[in-house]
Amino acid sequence: MIDWFNNFWAVYSNLVLSLGTNALLALSIYLTLACGMLAIANAAFMGIGAYTAALLTVNYGAPFPFVLAAGMAAPALMAFLIGKPTLRLSGVYLAMATLAFGEVVRIVILNADSITGGALGLNGIPQLTQWWHVALAVLITLALLWRLRRSRVGRAFESIKEDETAAGLMGINVAGYKMLAFVLGAAIAGLAGALNAHLTFFIGPGEYGFDRAVEILTMAILGGIGHLSGPVIGAVIITLLPELLRSLAGFRGVVNGFILVLIVLFLPKGIWDPARFRQWFGKSGRQT
Amino acid sequence: MSNAGPPQDAKAPSGGSEPHAVGEREGNKSALLKLDSLSRHFGGLKVLQDVNLEIPQGGIFGLIGPNGAGKTTVFNLITGLLAPTGGRIAFNGQPLAGRAPHDITRLGIARTFQNIRLFRDMSLLENVMVGFHAQLKYGSLGLLAGSGLFRSEERRARERAQELLSWVKLDHKASDTADNLSYGEQRKLELARALATNPQLLLLDEPVAGMNSSEKVELMVEIRNISARGYTIFMIEHDMRFVMGLCGDIAVLNFGRIIARGTPDAIRSDPQVIEAYLGREEDEASLDATGVSA
Repeated sequence: MIDWFNNFWAVYSNLVLSLGTNALLALSIYLTLACGMLAIANAAFMGIGAYTAALLTVNYGAPFPFVLAAGMAAPALMAFLIGKPTLRLSGVYLAMATLAFGEVVRIVILNADSITGGALGLNGIPQLTQWWHVALAVLITLALLWRLRRSRVGRAFESIKEDETAAGLMGINVAGYKMLAFVLGAAIAGLAGALNAHLTFFIGPGEYGFDRAVEILTMAILGGIGHLSGPVIGAVIITLLPELLRSLAGFRGVVNGFILVLIVLFLPKGIWDPARFRQWFGKSGRQT
Repeated sequence: MSNAGPPQDAKAPSGGSEPHAVGEREGNKSALLKLDSLSRHFGGLKVLQDVNLEIPQGGIFGLIGPNGAGKTTVFNLITGLLAPTGGRIAFNGQPLAGRAPHDITRLGIARTFQNIRLFRDMSLLENVMVGFHAQLKYGSLGLLAGSGLFRSEERRARERAQELLSWVKLDHKASDTADNLSYGEQRKLELARALATNPQLLLLDEPVAGMNSSEKVELMVEIRNISARGYTIFMIEHDMRFVMGLCGDIAVLNFGRIIARGTPDAIRSDPQVIEAYLGREEDEASLDATGVSA
């Protein structure tokens, strides 16, 4: 039994741990989505966190807790700076602006070879991340977000998502709360990046580009943003699906995409949708 | 949540000693809200021109006028959703110029909307609890730690929200989703939500638009009760019978100007008002097309 587990862990530890970091990423974008903002800069924030942390470890041998804190602080600060002008935008325009920011980050990393290693990336990052670091990070993030949801902050986010004008007239500082969601999301994405960088030996600019941005968004939307479980479930599916379909070899990508299309088509509000559950179980008589 | 009750708390001292209360605001006889030569233009369109209006504390004040007269624009200016082109607005003697909507709400002005704007996917209770936002005094640390203060404040907000829902007789539906309410109930929920911000002045934008007559009667009672609790009410309304039945003091707005002010009887017999409503119907629609009153 123990042998079996050791074997399993030797092969799959990376996959299991990336379940955790992906869950963090999905939760990071959940924050902005819950506030009604389609901001897709989270891959870039992850990259900023990853590079900040990795450079601190490789160049200065900084202690790991400090490295993680810096990996959260750097993208949070960046989010604050770009949030000032961009969060006035809404809908597609915000998506475009944040996407463009992501490209800028990728290209800066690519061209600052002397610091970041450019296209070759950073090699030989020590594997400091333990499994329980990831587990703890996910648990703390979930606890924090759960607490936020059930407080005036969570209600403020939700009311802003539903009607910004009405929320403002309820005494809610709309711009301030949007900024809070954006900065917190960036910090969580940065944490995921910092943890991930110390798992994989190597990071390169390609990991934090458009593909990753869309993947993060897909995880949250697929799982559903009506509840905290949604993004986590979405992250699990997006992470595991390619592995489960490994036997299909060449068709893997096609089937993977097909399954996602089916889910989005038939469960438009995501897999975990409390309103639908209520409709299915129990209270259905009182609706309509 | 320090002053949990309706604003009687705030003006309780003035109950017995009125001369003293008036003396505090010398000159303009305790006008709660004062619009001073207020104007607002949209491009070349002068929606409001030189509007002067003083609304005293207490009572129900009505603003009427034909479609597109600029009534909703008045509310949008007061609540900070629009900036005036010229003129001043003062609330309790404090100028409102340059303040964000959430700041103005915190000063004690709440409003409802002509086209109801509820948080549709939230429960009734949550809708009202959003209104308590600025009154919940736990800090972010208290929130994260789940401190005693956090829990007691949240519980009190929940209880107060439940109480406000009972004022508009919706307490039995507290955990329903707002979207499932009937039209009349949605208006009442919006009223309860506005009251949750603990306002001194309550702005109602066409509260009975689209209601049937029994709903109207019900709401009339509701509004009288709220007024009796000490809130000053300023309403815009089309429905003459409703306004005349509720308001002791009415102003008439036509083409961006105040053309009359007085008691319901005086308004009814004012020749200018009669002309505004019965004559010249043909040129009303053009102003409305700008979406000013939406």
